Amino acid sequence: MEQIQKYLYGAVLVSLLCFSPLQNFAVAGDGPDEVEIDSLAQLYEPVYFDHAMHEEVTDSNCAVCHHHTLGTQIEDENCMRCHAESGATDEIACQECHSSNRFEAEDLARIDADKTLYHRDKVGLKAAYHIRCMNCHEEMGAANGCQDCHSRTDAGNKFFHAGNYAPPESDKPAGGGH
Amino acid sequence: MKAMNRRKFLKGSLLGGAAASVISKRKNADASSSFGGYPDAMGVLVDLTRCIGCRSCEAACNKEQGLPAPAQSFDDLSVLDHERRTSEGAYTVVNRYEIPGKDHPLFRKIQCNHCNEPACLTSCFVNAYTKTPEGAVIYDATVCVGCRTCMIACPFYVPAYSYSSVLNPVVQKCIFCYDTRLKFGRPPACVEACPREVLTFGKRKDLIKIGNQRIQNHPDLYEDHIYGEKEVGGTSWMYLSSAPFDQVGFDTDLGTQPILSYVKEFLTVVPMVLTIWPALFAGFHLLATRKDKQKKEEKSEI
Repeated sequence: MEQIQKYLYGAVLVSLLCFSPLQNFAVAGDGPDEVEIDSLAQLYEPVYFDHAMHEEVTDSNCAVCHHHTLGTQIEDENCMRCHAESGATDEIACQECHSSNRFEAEDLARIDADKTLYHRDKVGLKAAYHIRCMNCHEEMGAANGCQDCHSRTDAGNKFFHAGNYAPPESDKPAGGGH
Repeated sequence: MKAMNRRKFLKGSLLGGAAASVISKRKNADASSSFGGYPDAMGVLVDLTRCIGCRSCEAACNKEQGLPAPAQSFDDLSVLDHERRTSEGAYTVVNRYEIPGKDHPLFRKIQCNHCNEPACLTSCFVNAYTKTPEGAVIYDATVCVGCRTCMIACPFYVPAYSYSSVLNPVVQKCIFCYDTRLKFGRPPACVEACPREVLTFGKRKDLIKIGNQRIQNHPDLYEDHIYGEKEVGGTSWMYLSSAPFDQVGFDTDLGTQPILSYVKEFLTVVPMVLTIWPALFAGFHLLATRKDKQKKEEKSEI
C-alpha cells in the first residue's frame, strides 16, 4: 500500500514538473510531438498521433481540439456564454475530461448524482477521438477509413470476421434475406 | 304472455351485455393511457447524424449473442448496397439512405425498439414475451410454439424466425443484451462497440432530455422530433435525424397509441363471447325446442 502511495506521489510530482509551464501560458509548440493513443486498444493497434503536424495543420489554434482548456479563444457562441474568459484549466489531455468507461453503471451514477452538472451529454473518450478526428479529416479530405489510422489486431480480425477469419468467398449470398 | 316474457328476456340480456362491454372498454382505455412505461427503464438514443455505417455494432452483436458466422466480413461495406432486415443471424443491421439534396448518405441502425407497450408481447398467446423494468423486451424461446403472430404484430417488422432450424424453429430478436449486460446495469454490446457514440445509453427519461437539448443546441442540424418518444406509446430505443424520418426508412404513420389499444377493446369482448354466448344461445335453443319436445312426448304417449 505504501509503495503505491509513493508511486502516486511520484507521479503527481513528475506531472507537476512536466506540465506546470503549460498551465498558464500554453502556446502551440509546447505540446508533445507525438501521442500514443493506446487506452482503448483491443481490436486495433495503438494510434501514433502526430501532434506536431496537427499543430501546423490547425495554424496552432489549440481550441480546434482542446476547446477552451488551453486558454485559447474559442469561437462557438454556445460555449462562449460560459467559457469566454474561463482561461486555461489544469486538465488538458482528452482523457482527463472524456470518460473511458462511458455508460458503465458507475459513470452513469456519477452524472445522475450531480444535479447541477451542465455537460451531462459529454461524449466518452472513444467518441471524442473519433468525432473530433473524423469530422476534421472529412472536411480536410484526409484519409478516413478505420484502418487508415489504426491497423487491426488479430482479436480485431476475429471480431470483424475479417483477414484470417474471413468467411469463404463462395458463401456470399445474392441478397439479404429475412 | 309467455312470448312477451321471452322477448323481454332477450332484450334485457342483449342490453346488459352491451352495457357490460361498454363499461369494460372504458376501464381498459384508461389503463392503457396511464402506463407509459416503467419509470427507470433504460434506453438508447440513436443519433443518425453521427453514424458512418462502419458496422462495428453488427460485429459486436454477433459476438455477444453467439450468432452464426456472417456470410461476409463485418468490414465489407458492400452489404449496404441493398436494404436489409433483421434476421435469425443478425439482431441488428445498418442500412444506408441517400438523401435528396444532400451530398452525404445517412445510416440507420435497426434492432428491436423495445416498446413501452409491446405489440409482440400482447399478441403472444403463450406469454413468451416479458417487458422488464430495465426496459428490455425479452422472450422465453422454450415456450414459443412458432405461431409467428408477433412477427405480424410488430410495427417495426423486427422479430425474425429461425427457418433454418428443422426441429425447433423459434422467433429470434434483439433482447437489449438483457441476460449478459442490461440486467447488471451495463450497456448493450453495440453501444460499447460504437466508435462515435451514435448510441447513447441511459435512462429513457434522461435520453428524451438529452435529445431535446441536442435539437435545441443545433436546430439547423436536427429534425425537431425524437422518433420513438411517442410513437406506438413510446419505445426504449429512440432516434434523432438530420433528414425527415420518412427519408431514412422510418414509418411515420404509426401514431402515438400503443398497438395494444387498437385491439384491446375487441379482445375484452372475446372472453364474454366465449363464456356467456354458448350458455345464452344453448338456453334459447332449449326454450325454442321445448314445445316440440313436449309435443313429441305427447304424441308418443298417445
